[in-house]
Amino acid sequence: MTPHLHLWLIPLLPLAGAAINGFFGRRFSRQAVSTVALLFSGAAFAMALWVAGQFSSLTLPYIETLAPWMRAGSFQVDFAFYFDQLSLVMLMVVTGVGFLIHIYSVGYMWTEGGFYRFFTYLNLFMFFMLTLILASNYLLMFIGWEGVGLASYLLIGFFFLKDSAAAAGKKAFIVNRVGDFGFLIALFLLIKHFGSLNYADLAGSISPLHIETSAGLLTAIGILLMVGAAGKSAQIPLYVWLPDAMEGPTPVSALIHAATMVTAGVYMVSRSHVIFERAPIAMTVVAIIGTLTAFFAATIGITQTDIKKVLAYSTVSQLGYMFIGCGVGAFSAGIFHLMTHAFFKGLLFLAAGSVIHAVGGEQDMRKMGGLRTKIPWTFWTMTAGTFAIAGIPPLAGFFSKDEILWQASRVSMIYWAVGILTAFLTSFYMFRQWFMTFFGEYRGEQHGHGSHSHGSPGHDSHDNHGHGGVHESPAVMLAPLVILAILSVVGGWVGIGNRFENFLAPVFHSTATISADSFDAPSMSAEPKNEEAGKSTELLFTEISVGVGVLGFLLAWQLYYRRPELPAEIALKLNGLYHTVLHKYYVDEIYAAIIVKPLIAISTVVFWKGIDRGMIDATLDGSAEGAREVSDTMRHMQSGNIRSYAGWVAAGAACIIVFMTWMAVGTR
Amino acid sequence: MNPIQIIPHAADYVRILPELVLSVFGMIIMLIDPLLDDRRSRSLSGALALVGSLVAIIATWMQSQSPGLGFWNMVRVDSFSIFFHFLIASITAIVILMSYEYMSVQEIRGGEYYGLILFGACGMMLMSSAVELVLVFIALEISSISTYVLAGFRRRAAISAESSVKYFLLGSFATGFFLYGVALMFGATGSTTIDAIGNVLRSGHIPVLAYMAIAFMFVGLGFKVAAAPFHIWTPDVYEGAPSPVVAFMSTAPKAAVFAVLLRVLFEANAPGRIWLIWVTAALSMTLGNIGALVQDNVKRLLAYSSIAHAGYLLVAFAALPENGIPAAMFYTAAYAFTNIGAFAVVSHFGGAGERRVTMEDYAGLGKRSPLLAATLTLFLLSLIGIPMTAGFFAKFYVFSAAIKANLVGLTVIGFLNSAIAAYYYLRIIVVMYMREERDDSPVAPVPFALGMALALSLFATMYLGILPGRMLDYASSSVSDLVAPAMQTMPVQGIAQVH
Repeated sequence: MTPHLHLWLIPLLPLAGAAINGFFGRRFSRQAVSTVALLFSGAAFAMALWVAGQFSSLTLPYIETLAPWMRAGSFQVDFAFYFDQLSLVMLMVVTGVGFLIHIYSVGYMWTEGGFYRFFTYLNLFMFFMLTLILASNYLLMFIGWEGVGLASYLLIGFFFLKDSAAAAGKKAFIVNRVGDFGFLIALFLLIKHFGSLNYADLAGSISPLHIETSAGLLTAIGILLMVGAAGKSAQIPLYVWLPDAMEGPTPVSALIHAATMVTAGVYMVSRSHVIFERAPIAMTVVAIIGTLTAFFAATIGITQTDIKKVLAYSTVSQLGYMFIGCGVGAFSAGIFHLMTHAFFKGLLFLAAGSVIHAVGGEQDMRKMGGLRTKIPWTFWTMTAGTFAIAGIPPLAGFFSKDEILWQASRVSMIYWAVGILTAFLTSFYMFRQWFMTFFGEYRGEQHGHGSHSHGSPGHDSHDNHGHGGVHESPAVMLAPLVILAILSVVGGWVGIGNRFENFLAPVFHSTATISADSFDAPSMSAEPKNEEAGKSTELLFTEISVGVGVLGFLLAWQLYYRRPELPAEIALKLNGLYHTVLHKYYVDEIYAAIIVKPLIAISTVVFWKGIDRGMIDATLDGSAEGAREVSDTMRHMQSGNIRSYAGWVAAGAACIIVFMTWMAVGTR
Repeated sequence: MNPIQIIPHAADYVRILPELVLSVFGMIIMLIDPLLDDRRSRSLSGALALVGSLVAIIATWMQSQSPGLGFWNMVRVDSFSIFFHFLIASITAIVILMSYEYMSVQEIRGGEYYGLILFGACGMMLMSSAVELVLVFIALEISSISTYVLAGFRRRAAISAESSVKYFLLGSFATGFFLYGVALMFGATGSTTIDAIGNVLRSGHIPVLAYMAIAFMFVGLGFKVAAAPFHIWTPDVYEGAPSPVVAFMSTAPKAAVFAVLLRVLFEANAPGRIWLIWVTAALSMTLGNIGALVQDNVKRLLAYSSIAHAGYLLVAFAALPENGIPAAMFYTAAYAFTNIGAFAVVSHFGGAGERRVTMEDYAGLGKRSPLLAATLTLFLLSLIGIPMTAGFFAKFYVFSAAIKANLVGLTVIGFLNSAIAAYYYLRIIVVMYMREERDDSPVAPVPFALGMALALSLFATMYLGILPGRMLDYASSSVSDLVAPAMQTMPVQGIAQVH
């Protein structure tokens, strides 16, 4: 007997919180606002825990239909929720980490204006995110998908009096629109060819299909889905919005731009595994995009000096790993890394927030240093996060990253080699950050705000945290740090002995059996037949990946602890390369030059100056002589130039008529 | 049907009942207006006009109980025309609600204004039920002439007179094309009845003249819906005309003309439909969106946006009838309620003489009038096409229909365009919430009538965004009114030629 779970309550609870704070928060005290926000997000977490407790008694997948939504002919979509092992993992991550970040935010945002607005948006985000992961069909998922984008836009632009924040919000929104179109076209193709958007129906109608040996329908759908995922999860070529999104308050960076929203793409690809398994070309695209992004973002991470920007590029890079996992068919490894990443990257961002809080809003690591003894709690928790992401056993990141790299190596050694190189870079830039922030001498000013002399608006002290000297954060901020630190240490242990993979196996099951004998055939045969040999290879690979982690640590130690003058000399020697990387390979500039500027230029020249202004001014001058005698009204009217407008209409009409006649004559 | 019969039956009058109601109310307003002083003229004729539009809604409902042909097969009441009657009457009612404040702030006498709105609505309703091209032309003229005059109603503003004259001259020019197209169609098929034309064109041989006729008719109709390349008048006219009138003429006549286009293109089985629409839809979307990017005047920006939306909507006209017709109908309604709401805010915020219409004027509106700013934001989000608003499902259905008809290229153009569009709508939102206000003079409180107008359009926008099913079902059910079931799959041929 399957109990009724009332899954709909889980997303609705944070929505209720958002509604209460949104409508009445203005009149509430800060205590009341935070109570409401925490109560409702906490309730969602409690509910998720209860659902997890019921898990063993469920027949999966469990589908809960709330209400019919729309039916057009045979096409039918309902407000319905879908629950299986994959949903459970996502649900625990989103509600759990989300709740912790809510707690942290109370402390972090306490002195900010718009306190109620912040928690309204944060709860709203939770609602959409939970809708996204619990939806039983792609349309409802898309509602959540767009909704989290909207909430993210609101939160990035939260410090709205800063131009850079407003611009960053807008950029995130528009770049995501580009990705969404890929997603939407994929959905239209699904509707057209399978007449449904429900996961269950689609699995039923796609499962019998054969694996596409050449590019076909499923390949197209897969690649289009990946375009959508690349937008939301900040992969090449749509990753450019995420680093700018760091304009938002730090808890937002932790929740939305590290732990949850940006992983939606990975979730969506995994949820669509039935499609991807049958489209090897699309899988290869996913894996290549993931590999390139992981490496590319890691190299940028090395040169960044803003503590949040380092973490942002690191997030892009880690998301790349998750896509490598998906792209080589190891969906459970990708989800595993998604989970551990949520722990340690959430932790790193929150700890970075604590650091920023401590030094009065400064984000430039060159103005930090020696903070180890001054903010010990932050130091130790951030240490746990840094070692976890660097892949040092037995911390969480080690297990999940190692699993992805091992699975990747079974498909192609290139993925593995680039992955290992990236792991080395990751370890290096993370320890670089760790040494720059916590070791050596304190390089900042003793009091208040950092200097504003260093150009980029992203470095401006972003809020009012400048009270007094360096100080440790309050307990309300430290408690989530400690919990996440513990999770970052032990969170990977669920993967020991493939327990995590086995847990998710029922979700990705169909994949394994079907792809084993066809798509994966070459790689399977390349793999050593001997179980013992396989084990020893795996062990060797593990040693290598731990080795590069340690190597990264040693290099960072050498450069940023023992010989801190060295990096500047190296940068000087590699001047051109260094600057290219420092300026993020000029990708933003390239995009601006080939897309944004031409559009604005066309709009300005053709429409604004050319038609609107040019015409009005030109004719005003030309007709001034004759118009002098006419009334004011008439002269003004003349300036709009009816004759030339009529000319345009006539020209347009002529084109259309000629075109139609031509086509008509041509086709007979 | 007895051809000698010249006295209409009572049933004939039921077929045009809503139009009759609007004309009668319009005439009453015109007649009593001279007896009233300025203030009473505004309030009483406004109230009468509102009652008129509500009675028209009831009349439409009554009419829907007995569908059929009337007046010697010139008008047809079917679920398709009922849909547009309801839509036009609702738009009219909302516009009247939002006009009341505007008229008193701008100190414009009400009488003729409300009369003209009702007459215009009457013509538009007739357009959606007319199945005879000459009657379509007459209805088009009734609607157009009313809107020409309405555009010039800000008598003190030169720009408004300019707008009116421009609209009139160019509009007449364009109507000429339509009439010429009707004549050519008569020459090609020997009939001006849409049904009969459809039968001739389906029977096999299609003369080149018919293609030209469609092109000519499309020029006239395309002008009215501001589709490129006949869109050039739109920004100037929208900028100059009174905001409530812009709200009206960017929605109701467009809905009516789209109804005519649906009948002509699908019911008359117009040849060359896909080629024609492919080009004009792509042009409208692109020119509209690129033009809007740098506009600083919000009315001009919304004018360019309406060109773009005409483009999105036209995409549905290239799709298969069973998907394209409902998608186009849904889009028409969704766009109407969203746009009317946006203009209601623009109209209120503009103040006396419509002084506040530039981007800078909107700076800090989020703080000065949070509710108004939030409402406008929702309408803008719907124009962008964000889920949970009408605009999302409108685009969803249109592009879904396009994909079903294999119009991949057009869909991609549409999607790239709506990415560009997000930029300029967001600009307004950003300015409202993220810029310091330049003048902090208080925004006038929203009066009851305008509040009602905003609430109704907001409700419709959200309702269609959250529960689009019922309207889509209804729209799908009216497909069979335009296309005989057996014919529905016919236009599939020819799609491949485009690609």
